[in-house]
Amino acid sequence: MAKTVDARGLSCPQPVLMTLDVIKAGNTDEISVLVDNEASKENVCRAATNRGWVIADISDESGEFTITIKKG
Amino acid sequence: MSGLFDDPNPNLLVGLQTADDAGVYRIGDECALVETTDIITPLVDDPFLFGAIAATNALSDVFAMGGKPVTAMNLVFYPARNIPPEVLREIMAGGAEKIRQAGACLVGGHTVEDDELKYGLAVTGLIHPDQVIRNSTARPGDILILTKPIGTGIVSTGIKAEMVSDATVGEACRWMTTLNDLAAQIMTKCGAHACTDVTGFGLIGHASEMALGAGVTLVLDLGAVPVMSGVAELINDGLVPSGCYRNRDFYSRQILDTRPCRGQEPKAFPADELIPLFDPQTSGGLLIALETESAETFLRTAEDRGCFATPVGEVVATRGHTVEIC
Repeated sequence: MAKTVDARGLSCPQPVLMTLDVIKAGNTDEISVLVDNEASKENVCRAATNRGWVIADISDESGEFTITIKKG
Repeated sequence: MSGLFDDPNPNLLVGLQTADDAGVYRIGDECALVETTDIITPLVDDPFLFGAIAATNALSDVFAMGGKPVTAMNLVFYPARNIPPEVLREIMAGGAEKIRQAGACLVGGHTVEDDELKYGLAVTGLIHPDQVIRNSTARPGDILILTKPIGTGIVSTGIKAEMVSDATVGEACRWMTTLNDLAAQIMTKCGAHACTDVTGFGLIGHASEMALGAGVTLVLDLGAVPVMSGVAELINDGLVPSGCYRNRDFYSRQILDTRPCRGQEPKAFPADELIPLFDPQTSGGLLIALETESAETFLRTAEDRGCFATPVGEVVATRGHTVEIC
């Protein structure tokens, strides 16, 4: 089942830590991560890719990003 | 801020025009004041260590001009309800140790209640007016020498995330508490043409400011730039500070990556392996431009005296961009 991490309003490294917590929990193969700045977007993508996950989609709605990552 | 501080006073030898590290004001034929201040937020939990890092960082601007710090004042911003007096004392003890080590006197200071803890110094140094080493006077043909590895911003983000090894933290803290005094002494003796300390704009940012000031291009050899251990892993884990991305977004317009593989994927520019070069440094090393023979003497002397120093590139006549990566 897909999970959602809402890290809007948070700065680095918090969004990465929240994403990694869900990845490490191991009970999902798709996560939607919500962030509201470019640095967090890039960092979450790096962290996910580094753990073998794939960036399936990134949508941008006026500076709020939804990053969809899937287990590779 | 330009226009606000265009002081025509002939005694103001270094003002704001060239984004230099400190202001220099002549008070006599053989003496000028070097003045600077710097304040930072905690990047480690240990208050003594934080104080030592903040003081080393603030003193560095005087060394970067070739000056000798003589007096320092504490600047402390703190939330009174959350910070016990003994923690403040430890922070200032860490600072005092570095002030002493730098050969300067603590002469006072000021505390302000604030929401977030910050500590730093206002430092005054002395220098002979003819020996001021600016950031804007590098010459084509100069060799560039760096006196500390880079990566403190990324390591600090790793510390916040508690995802960094003790060894990496220890190494970064050792560098951040290493005074730039020895490097400054050696560069003055060797007749350096230009110098800056590597801080918030990252290595590329400060190299870019050096290039702009002198109307030259600085060529950095990526493979020669020393990076702290553990930094590559931290980048892969997404522990890159937002300031690093800001530096990249700002300075990437002024630089050119000439490595052969680059032309293939223009979208990938600037390449990931350049990220450490944009990393904002706390208490970074000196980036020094010296003519070839002086650079050789510098490296030899530095080795003899136990001061880290390594060549990272060269200065060439302008090629239309500030920094070139090779």
